[in-house]
Amino acid sequence: MSNQGKMDCGRRRLVVATAAVGGAGAVAALVPFVSSLLPSERAKAAGAPVEVDVSKLESGQMMTVEWRGKPVWIINRTKEMLETLPKLDGAVADPKSDKDMQPAYAKNEHRSIKPELMVVVGICTHLGCSPSSKFKKGAEEGMPGDWLGGFLCPCHGSTFDFAGRVYKAKPAPTNLEVPPHVYLSDTRILIGEDKKGA
Amino acid sequence: MAGGTYEKYKSDGSIGGNILEWVDARFPATSMWKGHLSEYYAPKNFNFWYFFGSLALLVLVIQIVTGIFLVMHYKPDAALNANGVPVAFASVEYIMRDVPGGWIIRYMHSTGASAFFIVVYLHMFRGLLYGSYRKPRELTWLFGVGIFLCLMGEAFFGYLLPWGQMSFWGAQVIVNLFSAIPVIGPDLSILIRGDFVVGDATLNRFFSFHVIAFPLVLLGLIAAHVLALHETGSNNPDGIDIKEKKDANGIPLDGIPFHPYYTVKDIVGVVVFLMVFSAVMFFAPEGGGYFLETPNFYPADPLKTPPHIAPVWYFTPYYSILRAMVWNFFGLDAKFWGVVGMGASVVIFAFLPWLDRSPVRSIRYRGPIYKTMLTIFVICFFILGYLGTLSPSPMGELISQVCTVFYFFFFLGMPWWSRMDKFKPVPERVTMK
Repeated sequence: MSNQGKMDCGRRRLVVATAAVGGAGAVAALVPFVSSLLPSERAKAAGAPVEVDVSKLESGQMMTVEWRGKPVWIINRTKEMLETLPKLDGAVADPKSDKDMQPAYAKNEHRSIKPELMVVVGICTHLGCSPSSKFKKGAEEGMPGDWLGGFLCPCHGSTFDFAGRVYKAKPAPTNLEVPPHVYLSDTRILIGEDKKGA
Repeated sequence: MAGGTYEKYKSDGSIGGNILEWVDARFPATSMWKGHLSEYYAPKNFNFWYFFGSLALLVLVIQIVTGIFLVMHYKPDAALNANGVPVAFASVEYIMRDVPGGWIIRYMHSTGASAFFIVVYLHMFRGLLYGSYRKPRELTWLFGVGIFLCLMGEAFFGYLLPWGQMSFWGAQVIVNLFSAIPVIGPDLSILIRGDFVVGDATLNRFFSFHVIAFPLVLLGLIAAHVLALHETGSNNPDGIDIKEKKDANGIPLDGIPFHPYYTVKDIVGVVVFLMVFSAVMFFAPEGGGYFLETPNFYPADPLKTPPHIAPVWYFTPYYSILRAMVWNFFGLDAKFWGVVGMGASVVIFAFLPWLDRSPVRSIRYRGPIYKTMLTIFVICFFILGYLGTLSPSPMGELISQVCTVFYFFFFLGMPWWSRMDKFKPVPERVTMK
């Protein structure tokens, strides 16, 4: 400190340097706290693939299995259900599945490996609710009269067709995600892994 | 007033007097008592609307005390117990059924959450009526907005803890809101959850935020709110400054000491409030499905969203604004704009002191424009709140879009419409209407 009101530049520099180093140390001390908020090693390891037997899944039925804490639907679509898909190309936001929401082997008209068997993550791409099935045509299940069947998200009203394609002008930005999956046999599917990984 | 200097207590020789003199030499006991209570001069014309600040403090005490006792029995654990029920959900059932007096403590806490928002909304509305946010009370208002944000976080974190269906899916939706932020969004929502889905890690950190972090911040903000208020002095229904007319001793002519005058007045408010509070707690603790929602009586099921999910009533106006945004702008998803709209609808309150350009503070001396605008704003707020409790529908979407536009026009247009009004002359001294 200077009694004459003159600044001692050497001391001033030391004060600035000390404050800068101390500040950097304080920021560095945040690292363990912030990183403790990230998913733990146990949470990361919990994503093991799930094997499903679909031999008892009747035509027109769907089943739900849990994979990485999320619902995965397996839908055995009827011929009528599949026939609705081309009709809806004009009504859905991404008819050709151009956005990367499926593995390359599911980028097709029916968004699946086998045309009738749809495997899809049942989580709305808007805010993560699980859509409800509205398989009946028309207004029977509270849908509009021209409804061809599909899914309705109860949270914000996004609608999806039987291939999990989102309708236009709905809050969900993309189609439902098709997880990586592979057929181990004709009736057994492994979800969470595909041929590259196996 | 606060900030002034007060003489230290001089003992009259009694034991109590000696103790107080000893304390006063070491701690500003007399000074704080006088500065904030017995010689804090508040305008003498406070009316009904001035109950809600002290009621908010009362509810805070209720929430802290009941919360302390709930934590003694609650377990933040998403794992399934031997009966296949999540431990957290089962521990709440245990509090309700097996802990002696547990049900009443929990209902006090859950009713207290809704009561907190009712009281705080009325407290904020008082600010809008009488221009309490205007210069020189901007910081009091800003601390208040901070308290409101903190309270919303506190309520949101607390709602996850029972680990029911609405807890789980409500948290799922709100955390996913953050994923709408471009670039950092998806990683940010993982950072908040601590997992790729809402799970045990999320439950535990929300518990920590709910019982430690947010209450501490809340207490600090409340202290700052009251200190800032006592620095400037309270506003009043006439919106005039009582400090401009003082007597020979420097005491405002229209001021009366907070204690005993307003402490006694507030006790009347407390008694009436507790009557209503108890009636709800004993006879309608679920608040008709608005305070405790029916799906929350089912344990969280990560595979199945309930057919109708809606936030608790105090969040529904903002939730409607979120749902009203269905257009993509500037190449960004509607989802992102929904989040922006929702956030902006809350934060915009902070700008009121600078948006309002009327020459008078109180609605009593403002003209028809303010009265009309405020009425429509309140109606829109209620409509948005109501629509937020319903399932999405095309008609509801349109109405909520209209209300959202007006909601923002109320704030963003205020610099213009607040000036255009017809104003009445403001009185010299407060009036006792």
